[in-house]
Amino acid sequence: MVTDKQLSVGLCGLTFKNPVVPASGTFGFGLELANSLDLNTLGGISLKGTTREARFGNPTPRIAECTAGMINSVGLQNPGIEVLVNDKAPALRRIYGGVIIANISGYSVEEYAFNCARADACPAIDLLEVNVSCPNVHGGGMAFGTDPKSAAAVTAAVKAVTRKPVFIKLSPNVTDIVSIARACEDAGADGITLVNTFLGMRIDIRKRKPVIANKMGGFSGPAVFPVALRMVWQVAHACGIPVMGCGGVQRAEDVIEMMMAGATAVQVGAENLRNPMACPEIVRALPALMDTLGINSLQEIIGIV
Amino acid sequence: MQKRIFHIECNDPVARDTFRLVLRTDGPVLVRSGQFVDIALPGFFLRRPISVSDCLPDGLVLYYKVVGEGTRAMSEMVPGTELELLEPLGSGFHPEKCRESALLIGGGLGAAPLYLLAKELLAQGKTATAVLGFNKADEICLAEELRALGVPVQIATMDGSVGTKGFVTDAIAAVRPAFDRFYTCGPLPMMKAVCAALDAPGEVSLEERMGCGAGFCYGCSVQTAGGPRRVCADGPVFDKEEVIW
Repeated sequence: MVTDKQLSVGLCGLTFKNPVVPASGTFGFGLELANSLDLNTLGGISLKGTTREARFGNPTPRIAECTAGMINSVGLQNPGIEVLVNDKAPALRRIYGGVIIANISGYSVEEYAFNCARADACPAIDLLEVNVSCPNVHGGGMAFGTDPKSAAAVTAAVKAVTRKPVFIKLSPNVTDIVSIARACEDAGADGITLVNTFLGMRIDIRKRKPVIANKMGGFSGPAVFPVALRMVWQVAHACGIPVMGCGGVQRAEDVIEMMMAGATAVQVGAENLRNPMACPEIVRALPALMDTLGINSLQEIIGIV
Repeated sequence: MQKRIFHIECNDPVARDTFRLVLRTDGPVLVRSGQFVDIALPGFFLRRPISVSDCLPDGLVLYYKVVGEGTRAMSEMVPGTELELLEPLGSGFHPEKCRESALLIGGGLGAAPLYLLAKELLAQGKTATAVLGFNKADEICLAEELRALGVPVQIATMDGSVGTKGFVTDAIAAVRPAFDRFYTCGPLPMMKAVCAALDAPGEVSLEERMGCGAGFCYGCSVQTAGGPRRVCADGPVFDKEEVIW
């Protein structure tokens, strides 16, 4: 029995009891899973991406299976920022003691700032994750995360309206992830979450048309892990602010690998969709794996490679 | 919702491209009609959502059609193979809302969940009549099983090889069964025609490509009269008035 392992990590003054965090969009508002697993085993929860107004999202089919992953084109379906701050986040706070991360989207710099100001006023929310990388909505999302100036403009605008830690969630669909991360850091970001999904596509060869109604969507799953890990390593070494690593994480080994690359916390995304119990299972597997690897505290291994 | 290991008792072809899968597990199984299970298949990233046709004390009966690589792989699995299921999922039918007699309308494999529904209705002292539609005679399944429960079954085939030639609505018009509530599962155009043709209250089981199957990824959302709903968790069964065709 391994009992003396330190799983907790510190980040922007917040303590995560372990680094495992379900990624935004793959865990609803946490409440949907409250009866199926023990939420309090999780270090943090990143809530479903939220816009100012309620959105239905994209037409179906929104999901396409791939080898070692999947494409989603949900398109930021959400009930709007007021429901998040007045209903969802407080309801989760009543049953969950870990770090609650609001994931904020927008169609303009002003909307990002408005939503973050509303989230800042919500005591249930511990940290803001600003999504400038959604590949599934036009005229918003990813448009802000693929250009250093736009990413910096969103960062500066949201930092001006909140005292809570602000992480900017970046898109991997760029030629130079480091320049965008640095622009966010220079504009005052407290941390970087990376990566969001990779723009992808599937075609149904029998119907001769795209599987996804919106034609393209965000590809994620174990296939993207090496690319995500590379970007985490690059950004963690180029920036002085903490990183939450995300992309293709399936097991405790992947969490350790992401942390060695420089991630302070590690998000689990697509794996939740095939195994809703993935996050608690990973948390349970960590102490024995740490024992095998001679790790006493996860904090020690962050960025050692 | 829980994750459990089942093993295959049998996995046999019963109609064209259609298989009957019997699964057993350790411990009691509690699934209501209209609910479904999500099956993990080795080598495939997403699970396969399959409606439940019958619930045994320690097992499940499922029918599935080979439509792609995943179901093809499933059809080749031999008895004894272990499968990991998420179950039970979804909302299910409401047999308790039927007063006396129900009309069950299935199209193709949509007949599968109506079998468990018929059992539940009969256990509540109600009667049921089934109208099942298929393209051709070689696709017919579950008709004999329903008759064995004592449920009268009327078949409609598009080519007229068995029963009424045409749609389920043609068969309903020919038989004119008495009912105070109907339940339907099958292709969307069929269910749309059924809801337009029948005056009684009715329930519709929708199908949509799913991600998580358990209500937290929002991959299978549809617009309804009551706003956005997740087919997997708010459905798959909806009142006919909720569906926007």
